[in-house]
Amino acid sequence: MKVYFDNSATTAPCPEVVQAVSEAMTVNWGNPSSLHYSGNSANALLESSRKAVADRLGCDPGEVYFTSGGTESNNTALFGAAYQMRRQGSRIVTTSIEHPSVYEAARRLSAEGFDVIMLKPDAYGNISKEALFEAITPDTVLVSMMFVNNELGTILPVQSIRTAVKRAKSPALIHCDAVQAFGKLPFTPASLGADLISVSSHKIHGPKGSGALYIRSKVKIKPLHYGGEQEKQLRPGTEAMPAIAGFGAAAKALPDTKQELERVTKLRDYLVKCLEDTGIAVINSPADALPYITGISVPGIKSEPLLNYLSERGICISSGSACSKGKKSRVLTEIGLAPDRLESPVRISFSRYNTKEEVDYFIQTLISAKRDIMPVKTEKK
Amino acid sequence: MKEVILIKNGELALKGLNRRNFEDLLIKNLKFRLAPVSKFQFTVAQSTIVAEPLQEDADMDRAGEIISRVFGIAAFSKAAATEKNFQTILKTAREYLEDDLMGASTFKVEAKRADKTFPLTSPEICTEAGGYLLNAFPHLTVDVHNPDIKVTIEIRDEYAYIHGRQIKGAGGMPTGSAGRATLLISGGIDSPVAGYMMAKRGLELIAVHFASPPYTSERAEQKVHSLLRQVAKYSGRIRLWVVPFTEIQEHIKDNCPEDIFTVVMRRMMLRVAQIIALKENAGALITGESLAQVASQTLPAIVCTDDVCSMPVFRPLIGMDKDEVIEKSRKIDTFDISVLPYEDCCTVFTPKHPKTRPTLEYVEKAEKCFDYAPMVEQAAEQARLVIIDNR
Repeated sequence: MKVYFDNSATTAPCPEVVQAVSEAMTVNWGNPSSLHYSGNSANALLESSRKAVADRLGCDPGEVYFTSGGTESNNTALFGAAYQMRRQGSRIVTTSIEHPSVYEAARRLSAEGFDVIMLKPDAYGNISKEALFEAITPDTVLVSMMFVNNELGTILPVQSIRTAVKRAKSPALIHCDAVQAFGKLPFTPASLGADLISVSSHKIHGPKGSGALYIRSKVKIKPLHYGGEQEKQLRPGTEAMPAIAGFGAAAKALPDTKQELERVTKLRDYLVKCLEDTGIAVINSPADALPYITGISVPGIKSEPLLNYLSERGICISSGSACSKGKKSRVLTEIGLAPDRLESPVRISFSRYNTKEEVDYFIQTLISAKRDIMPVKTEKK
Repeated sequence: MKEVILIKNGELALKGLNRRNFEDLLIKNLKFRLAPVSKFQFTVAQSTIVAEPLQEDADMDRAGEIISRVFGIAAFSKAAATEKNFQTILKTAREYLEDDLMGASTFKVEAKRADKTFPLTSPEICTEAGGYLLNAFPHLTVDVHNPDIKVTIEIRDEYAYIHGRQIKGAGGMPTGSAGRATLLISGGIDSPVAGYMMAKRGLELIAVHFASPPYTSERAEQKVHSLLRQVAKYSGRIRLWVVPFTEIQEHIKDNCPEDIFTVVMRRMMLRVAQIIALKENAGALITGESLAQVASQTLPAIVCTDDVCSMPVFRPLIGMDKDEVIEKSRKIDTFDISVLPYEDCCTVFTPKHPKTRPTLEYVEKAEKCFDYAPMVEQAAEQARLVIIDNR
């Protein structure tokens, strides 16, 4: 049995996506900037893809800028906003549990002279509103917070940022990395109160190499690349049409967010119940996490042998996040996880394709893993 | 004009009556390594090997890159080969070295006249050619002591060779000239450097890697392939044996006192490696150990591991500090691969408090707790061969 429980790393492209990508490479392969029928139809495809993403985001198509993915969206948002706002202040507020593409960008900005504040999470990866209100000052120019943490599924209080910014009378732009929330949790730019929102295609069954940055109309940020007129000069370069068309198709194919959330919540609750009944693992995620992501630890077994063992039996899960491979997770270190749990974290992340039968098989295999894999000491080299 | 590569073989010239054998081996290695670029014809004259491509459009830049990593070569230069007509020589020098001369501000000409029938003497060649090039490149001045570029004109039996820059070779001895040895490679920083260093002294490498699924992953083995591909750029083709090691490791974990895990494990590894080495006609083992780097590399621990081997164990890093090893690993481009964070066989069951002064008696007693001999035999038997060829 093949079980793919690593949907926060990437998702299987859905049939609609495969067809859209293929069409963009066989039939409609023109350059959207060209002024002939081939370019015109490519441009139409570009704009219809933009509309599909905008519809899902709940914004105007003019506010959607295509990028190469979540990392580029996050980098563009952080550097673009920080450089744009430089004259109004130098304070940036973010958290210590952001995705590396925000975290490392913030560290770089700090090295460039920005005053970067990283808010610390509680034991479940949440950020207190009090700390948020305290951190945002009149000279804060950018606040960046992820909507859903990629390792724990914790839903962060992004909606409170707008209020905090208002109260501080700060000119700050608000950025939200919503890569793990897009298509899974109902939200709109208005409900989040964000000026900038990053989303990615391959986390919603689209192709890799495509993502988008929502930029609220009238908000200006500095581009990081210079060249042609594409994406209103924010992201010049010939559009990656196959990936963009696939992203549009993926956005269109998303099922009703609320209904799907209910179904996945049931699946998660079942998973958690099985894990608790067998006593085989401890849950690191909070009870009110996004049900698509469940962080657990299997004390006594290091993540890597467990991953290998499950992989040999057809099951894909990840340790921490896919981007960190074997390194110790920064997020889990930040929330102060006990050493035995820090050695053995794994993440189960669902998609709309996962079923209860798959959870059953996973639990059975986890039980046999616990029997077959020798426990190891928690100390490192 | 024909382009060739002139190869100076340094240390080999000192090998007296065996020199011919070393040269033959070096040429054999060069032929093998250069095969993807073109077939080459090699001629030996004095301490120089002339490599001449038989394919007209051979990529000589790539050939140069390959040669720069072949052991047994002190220096080499790309040269233009022309007929031994002085006017042709001058014209060729001007055209062939144009880029080099345009980029220099001082130069000198050096002449070597092996063919004494050539009408001009060496000093005459220098004077004439120097004047000609000064005329052709008016921005140049002559500096005989410290020139930016030295133009060498060699008049040999068949051709005249003209070359500019001399490039430093990889040094060492031709791979295979010292025989074969078996490298134990885990995936860390040290073992690829150790392999590189011994290959440099002329050993042909056979590699042994221990895989312990599910404790180690396919990625860990892929990492070893990548490391060896990098080493193979210098050492030439490597035969890698991947040994299934899970059973032995689990037995050690089950049966031996924890503080001695690593030493026992290393003894098992050397036993397996030695069986493979004998099968491969290798005369020594190579490890990346450095004295006192970790608990299993203290003198008493090394005494315990060496005890299971009848063949010598080469440890070229034994007297090196970690940062010296890292520097070398960066030089051969293995560092960035080595630091990829996959679990390897050595980190699977790391004891909390390893014994730094194990005695042979203690280790032997610990080992007797399980019947390891058939497992060792079986592990060597079931090893899987992977050919690492990075040409």
